[in-house]
Amino acid sequence: MEIFGISTALLGSQLLVGLINGSFYAILSLGLAIIFGLLNIINFCHGAQYMMGAFVAWIALTRFGISYWVALIAAPLIVGLVGVLIERLMLRRLYKLDHLYGLLLTFGLALIFEGIFRDQFGISGESYEVPELLSGGVNLGFMFLPIYRGWVIIASLTVCFGTWYMIERTKLGAYLRAGTENSAMVQALGINVPLLITFTYGYGVALAAFAGVLAAPIFQVNPLMGSNLIIVVFAVVVIGGMGSIMGSILTGLGLGLIEGLTRVIYPEASSVVVFVIMVIVLLLRPAGLFGKS
Amino acid sequence: MSSRKYARTACAAALAALSLGAQAQISGGSVKIGVLTDLSGTYSDLAGSGAVLATRMAIDDFIASEKPNFKIEMVSADHQNKADIASNKAREWIERENVDTVTELVTTSTALAVMKVAKEKDRVVIMNGPASTPITNEQCNDVSVHYTYDTYALANGTAKAVTTQGGKSWFFLTADYAFGHALEKDSSAVVLANGGKIVGSVRHPFPGSDFSSFLLKAQASGAQVIGLANAGADTTNAIKQAAEFGITPKQSLAGLLMFITDIHSLGLKPTQGMYLTEGFYWDRTDETRAWSKRFFEKQKKMPTMVQAGQYSSIYHYLRAVKAAGTDDTSKVMAMMKKTPINDFFAKNGQIRDDGRMVHDMYLVQVKKPADSKYPWDYYTIKATIPAAEAFQPLALSRCPLIKK
Repeated sequence: MEIFGISTALLGSQLLVGLINGSFYAILSLGLAIIFGLLNIINFCHGAQYMMGAFVAWIALTRFGISYWVALIAAPLIVGLVGVLIERLMLRRLYKLDHLYGLLLTFGLALIFEGIFRDQFGISGESYEVPELLSGGVNLGFMFLPIYRGWVIIASLTVCFGTWYMIERTKLGAYLRAGTENSAMVQALGINVPLLITFTYGYGVALAAFAGVLAAPIFQVNPLMGSNLIIVVFAVVVIGGMGSIMGSILTGLGLGLIEGLTRVIYPEASSVVVFVIMVIVLLLRPAGLFGKS
Repeated sequence: MSSRKYARTACAAALAALSLGAQAQISGGSVKIGVLTDLSGTYSDLAGSGAVLATRMAIDDFIASEKPNFKIEMVSADHQNKADIASNKAREWIERENVDTVTELVTTSTALAVMKVAKEKDRVVIMNGPASTPITNEQCNDVSVHYTYDTYALANGTAKAVTTQGGKSWFFLTADYAFGHALEKDSSAVVLANGGKIVGSVRHPFPGSDFSSFLLKAQASGAQVIGLANAGADTTNAIKQAAEFGITPKQSLAGLLMFITDIHSLGLKPTQGMYLTEGFYWDRTDETRAWSKRFFEKQKKMPTMVQAGQYSSIYHYLRAVKAAGTDDTSKVMAMMKKTPINDFFAKNGQIRDDGRMVHDMYLVQVKKPADSKYPWDYYTIKATIPAAEAFQPLALSRCPLIKK
């Protein structure tokens, strides 16, 4: 069977691959959206923190024999802790200033982190094996799906929707949202807002590191792996609406699918399509698809 | 003053004058080499600080064994793979710091930009990292040497070997920029000439990271061979993901531009059995092993062909300066072209009038993990491609300097 001269098998497999990439976009843009929503910081180091997650997993495995499953929890904790330090020592001083300062600081940090890892590990990258339990693949009829890729979709969607639930449906989430609206009032009600902010930044960073661990068996773990991805993720956040939680998840998945389709129809445009959509959305809905203007 | 003392002083003065006379031929009193390379980006492992080290080793070895009567200096800088940065830096070096030769220049666009500056300022350019054939064809000039390899030699080695061994139908996965297109074009020609056919190709954005969509297309095409007309992280990611999607070993991959650092980073499991074309392999002869081990002690990595070629080319350049007794560009170029190159890197290497250094190339196959006995034991040399066959023949040259 064919649609527009493209076989349904090829179309199906490309959409599935698009969904896998979309899961990475979703989890990364979610972290960015949370950080922007509460801290008003455009976290340019997100890509570097994603890279650090992958490297921590790789170092844990090769130097200490720590398995993938442990790294999946430990790497986000370690990198999240680095995030907590960054927030406490540096970002904290910038909240009263223009967005630009936070952006410049985090951009500088990203360059420093990438530089350190490049100096230590070189640029060619390191290989991380797919864990035993998830190796191999299944034949879906229209394509061969590596089990690990299926796991990426499940793991990232679980974490994304878990995060959404925590923010939108729990008491902690209610404090967070209230803190975003009016931090002085929430502080007056006896809630430790600065601690909440530190926790939020740490959590956003941990999400990036989690995505990094998920990515390690798929891509070569190299110091620039995040900077290649982060620009697209920023576009996703802008399209979804800065700071919108569900918006960033859905937009991430949706754009992954659109990118997948573009790769079937006109591969040369696949790196541009996200930005074309961004331009259109900004012209028609400057606050983003899910943003409140 | 006694007559003996007088004689001694006079002799010393004469000697001093003599050496001054010799030095006067060297502009600025010293030969200055500028290493312009990628010190921070995608190509910094295959060229980068290793190329700077190789240059330093060449200078030190030359001073120790040939005792030149001129000073040799080196400067280095990061061109960030950008043509404008490269040409500005080269201009600054030549105008303000009196640099005699600009060298390395990985990434074709930077090489072409610096070749123009050097031609205008009459300085030597020695290129080891860049791959594209226009350097010695449409864009050739008489101050440039392209030393280590080019896309013609790569295609001629790898694509020919794979096609003649039964890989008749090809699908290309091509990086969507000048270098990728050139590599695909050169390789397609070789495949067709050897009785193969091209069943399709896809151009991926550069740089990419997820190649699964493109690989699925290649899989659907049913081609026996997927030719990777890309480099660096694009190639390594494509190889890793081809294994993940079960494409290899059913279909085989041909890495059209790969370096030993890529194999090292991927490991032997996903790369075993692949054919590559190399201008140098550290574990080939006693001579190559001896030099490479010295390099390894400092860099903690075995040299790529670019880094080995960098040493060889700089040594050859310095020897030409000494033999010509001057750093004058045209005289040094004439001496470099006249003198054959015989060292651990090349035997009877020759720089042609189009600037192409022709030397033997090697078709290698990546070992199985079980056959690799010690660190960096990665290749089996399957064939030596003689210099005369490895590179584009002058009869096909599009370089205006070649009179037909």
